[in-house]
Amino acid sequence: MHLLYLILVDPFVQMGTAPDLLAQTLWEGLVSGVLYALIALGFVLIYKASGVFNFAQGIMVVFSALTLVGLYAAGVPALLALALTAAVMFVLAVGIERLVLRPLVNRPDIILFMATFGLTYLLIGIGELIFGGDTKQMIAKQLYLPSGAIDLPMLGGVVRLQKLDIAAAIIASVLVAALTVVFQYTRIGRAFRAVADSHRAALSVGISLNQIWIIVWFAAGIVALATGIMWGARSEVSFALEVVALKALPVLILGGFTSIPGAIVGGLIIGLSEKLFELYWGPLMGGGTESWFAYVIALIVLLFRPHGLFGEVIIERI
Amino acid sequence: MTDASVNVAAGETLLAVDGISLRFGGVTALNDVSFDIKRGEIRAIIGPNGAGKTSMLNVINGFYHPQRGAIRFRGQNLTRMNPGFAARNGIARTFQNVALFRGMTTLDNLMTGRALKMNRGLFWQLLRHGPAMDEEIEHRRVVEDIIDFLEIEAIRRVPVGRLPYGLQKRVELGRALAMEPELLLLDEPMTGMNLEEKEDMCRFILEVNGQFGTTIALIEHDMGVVMDLSNRVVVLDYGRKIADDVPAAVKQDAAVIAAYLGVAG
Amino acid sequence: MLYREVGQYHTNYRADMRIFPILQDRIGILVILAIAFLGVPLIGGSFFLDVVATPFLIYALAAIGLNLLTGYTGLLSLGTGGFMGIGAYTCYKLTTWFPGVDIVVWILAGGLAAAAVGALFGLPSLRIKGFYLLVATLAAQFFLQWAFERIPWLYNNNISGTIEVPTRTLFGLPITGATATPVTRYEVALCIVVALTWLASNLVHGRIGRSWMAVRDMDIAAELIGIKLLPTKLLSFAISSYLCGVAGAMLVFLWYGSAEPTVFSIDLSFTILFMVIIGGLGSLLGAFLGAALIHVLPIVLRGVPPALGLNIASSTVEHLNLMIVGALIILFLVAEPFGLARLWQTGKQKLRVWPFPY
Repeated sequence: MHLLYLILVDPFVQMGTAPDLLAQTLWEGLVSGVLYALIALGFVLIYKASGVFNFAQGIMVVFSALTLVGLYAAGVPALLALALTAAVMFVLAVGIERLVLRPLVNRPDIILFMATFGLTYLLIGIGELIFGGDTKQMIAKQLYLPSGAIDLPMLGGVVRLQKLDIAAAIIASVLVAALTVVFQYTRIGRAFRAVADSHRAALSVGISLNQIWIIVWFAAGIVALATGIMWGARSEVSFALEVVALKALPVLILGGFTSIPGAIVGGLIIGLSEKLFELYWGPLMGGGTESWFAYVIALIVLLFRPHGLFGEVIIERI
Repeated sequence: MTDASVNVAAGETLLAVDGISLRFGGVTALNDVSFDIKRGEIRAIIGPNGAGKTSMLNVINGFYHPQRGAIRFRGQNLTRMNPGFAARNGIARTFQNVALFRGMTTLDNLMTGRALKMNRGLFWQLLRHGPAMDEEIEHRRVVEDIIDFLEIEAIRRVPVGRLPYGLQKRVELGRALAMEPELLLLDEPMTGMNLEEKEDMCRFILEVNGQFGTTIALIEHDMGVVMDLSNRVVVLDYGRKIADDVPAAVKQDAAVIAAYLGVAG
Repeated sequence: MLYREVGQYHTNYRADMRIFPILQDRIGILVILAIAFLGVPLIGGSFFLDVVATPFLIYALAAIGLNLLTGYTGLLSLGTGGFMGIGAYTCYKLTTWFPGVDIVVWILAGGLAAAAVGALFGLPSLRIKGFYLLVATLAAQFFLQWAFERIPWLYNNNISGTIEVPTRTLFGLPITGATATPVTRYEVALCIVVALTWLASNLVHGRIGRSWMAVRDMDIAAELIGIKLLPTKLLSFAISSYLCGVAGAMLVFLWYGSAEPTVFSIDLSFTILFMVIIGGLGSLLGAFLGAALIHVLPIVLRGVPPALGLNIASSTVEHLNLMIVGALIILFLVAEPFGLARLWQTGKQKLRVWPFPY
């Protein structure tokens, strides 16, 4: 009985008695949700354009952040380092298109997927070889990101909003808006949507697949860079982030692989729910539940909706 | 031929579909379709593209579940079939776009057709000796007979993904035959074949029907083949049945001609 | 010239259905077994046995396990590390409760627990496929690793949070713990791996193996010819996890000697998956080849530069290793998706028709 009380009633009593803590947790969940959503956004872009489920997206986040910090440490001014990192991401996109996508075109999805495992390890290896395996500080101040916090007195307590987190939320929104505009209203966007619909049909009307792939992987690289800066500024830059980046997978499950709004909603749901669960139910289980909660949520959703919350139901034909 | 068809038509009903309606969202694939298949006959299902022929086969072997209607199989009334039940009760099937196990050899593909008839459990399977091996050999014999019958000895150990289309269709027929079906559903067994391959396939179909007495339901676009092979023909158009008769009569049917040639009326 | 099958006719199905139908192959496998059982322990020093041979066998067993699931049944899994952990922790608990019972029994029993857990996490596979299923196995991986860290009961409430392997004997001879010699541990590992490989090979050549491959190649068609999908997939999960669980128990008891929960992290899952990919999906031989390559590569990388007089930091070697493995994965997927095993087949085919090109 007592256990049932602890599971079913007590957490809500806590929420009621300390609403400021609840608000604080909600805010933090929201911010980490935004970052999950950004990683997932990179996945979605690539998945739509090339049908590749890019496992390496999380590593691209770390790799770009590492490159930025590494360049700065080597004496390059911060803004120039930012531009150079973007250039590196472009080179990476071209390299991936040439060396991975093009030779593997028309292979089963699963083969391409596993190739991105290889890409993951390759990028970790290169990144650590060049910049070393130790953790680094993100150059947040040099990139003019705000620091400090705003204390909002509310709900009988104080809710602390990090300025950096607010900036992260704004940058994420701007990125999403920009991508939406590009893909809805430009020529490249139209070509992208055509490729997403059918590779063959797009080819037959003269759209260059290779060009689109480079653009999309580059766009995903830029999204990764933005994510990497935000994330790095909130904690630190190291390949340990890889494990966190994997959480984009459950986010995608919830949001569907092809929907940009889905990725955002999925990210927010995962971010919020895992923070709440850890705070109110985690202590019952010894804590540390954030490592697996997102996956279990996704698993439960899948059992009831095998194609995710927003995914389309596919009629199997034979 | 005509004599035979009259005899068969008078025979026992093996399977009957009654008032089948199937919808996907707003699209009606089948609309109140009823017909029967008599034991031992070759029954053709024809119709223009998108008429619902493949959907009909999918309903018969339980891959799609119709919203309305019933299926009667061997006197048993079922509102819906399921694939496992169909397979266990002797309904085998080939597919429009060959559905073979591409990574496996011809021999292994045919052996999977025997899966239902093999029942040695995990213990003996782990040892692969004694009863499991005896069972394996017993079924290998049956499969080798089918390989002989279909004249595919030479490709026994070739992964089917590497075979040309015509041979793949033949292997697929072999896999269906390995199930020793009572009712064999063939979905366009002759598409993409040249004349010679078609003739071979016709011969196999007639022999399966004649020698083993297997009832066959057949979808085919080649009218010559349909008219020569089948005892009775059912014609679908836009999910409705528009004709159901012996081939000679169907050929003259005004509604059928209109459906195929697009004549108004 | 030696590798010819000319004149070897099979006059009955039993002979034709042997796993090694060609005489030279049968001789070859006997020679390999003789070398493995007698030659390696005699010639290889304890460094070789402890660092190369025994770990290789353990990895190969885990790779066979994952290969049954991924290569044969077509279900991608990143939960291998977790399932190996289940085997190790179960074995540890069992030998704590019943120290008198032979440890090999508990190593094999550890696999049973892993099989049960594997089947449990395999349940969603009926409804979800592909990438979606990957998330289910990731859930298993992260949840299990969390459990290994947070449930003190699993490691007997040790302060260190690790499991320490006690000394256990077989017929009076210590085979685990500090007093067991590298040779005994190697021989025990070899016996287990050979026996389980033989069973796995029997399985994939029979009805069950065929139904797995049918599900892999086209699950809808498999269902329509009467193969029940859920039992087939669950059996694959269970048997795959069994082998992984046994490998996990061996990893701790015959190799590491003690283990922290981080041993069974997602990195282990990746390592085993890479062995399967590089070795060859859907090939038992490939599991051995892949395990050999992935396990030996870093050892060689560590050993070669000093031998050449180069001085490379050990962390650099680790990074180089990651790079090479990553590049190898991509290279194999591009050039030879069926991995080392297919290269081996091609080589054998060349040998058969030598000196003619075909």
